[in-house]
Amino acid sequence: MSVTEQDVKYIESIVEEKLKRLLSERKKRMAIIASKGTLDMAYPPLILATTAAAMDIECAIFFTFYGLDIINKNKNKNLQVPSLANPAMPVPMPNIIGALPGMTAMATMMMKSWMAKVNVPSITDLLNIAVESGVKLIGCQMTMDVMGTKKEDLMDGIEVAGAAAFMEYASGADITLFV
Amino acid sequence: MEKKGNKPDGVLDCRKLSCPVPVLKTKHAISKLEIGGILEVICTDPGSVKDIPAWAKQTGQELLEIVHENNHYNFFIKRVK
Repeated sequence: MSVTEQDVKYIESIVEEKLKRLLSERKKRMAIIASKGTLDMAYPPLILATTAAAMDIECAIFFTFYGLDIINKNKNKNLQVPSLANPAMPVPMPNIIGALPGMTAMATMMMKSWMAKVNVPSITDLLNIAVESGVKLIGCQMTMDVMGTKKEDLMDGIEVAGAAAFMEYASGADITLFV
Repeated sequence: MEKKGNKPDGVLDCRKLSCPVPVLKTKHAISKLEIGGILEVICTDPGSVKDIPAWAKQTGQELLEIVHENNHYNFFIKRVK
């Protein structure tokens, strides 16, 4: 029995349909690296990750270097806005003034009050939503060793892993972001 | 926009809430409805005009109607899956 051209076309159409179905069923994936430990830089990864989860996009955030503070329960309620070298401050502040003691606390207080006015959720709220909605939060093992951070210092529900583990996850991602 | 008279099975008040909370709450609220149910989401965040349709498109839910009146937007979303 020989295979006709018609047979080949038939098989191809079945394979194509199956592939299409598999691709549409596959969840999209986002991988984010959070590397900064200031209040303003803690927001973007958490806002995007929680939104991704709400949009049925699988998501993981890898917290590395100063970004580890975002999931450090002793520190993440006191993340600060830098008053130095930030020309985009809504209230313009010359660096020489921004360098004075207490200015970082003031800049932070101002930012927090503006955010409260328009009901922006707190970092703690966003972290809780992230955990509840299945966002994978990964602490960087190497950073923990460098900074002397212990697993007990981190929030509950955190995974600890290294670069290779994150890369393995990110290699299957549709969206990757470095913050 | 003319009202189509969609009768919601649930109403979610997101007035005065800012990005990304309306989308997060919408996701949560729609999962509480039966399939075929209609959720009305009320937002004041101007960004929601783009965000809610984008959310519906990505998650495969059907946005039936957007009504804009008195500084707020009412989204009628049908849970299809």
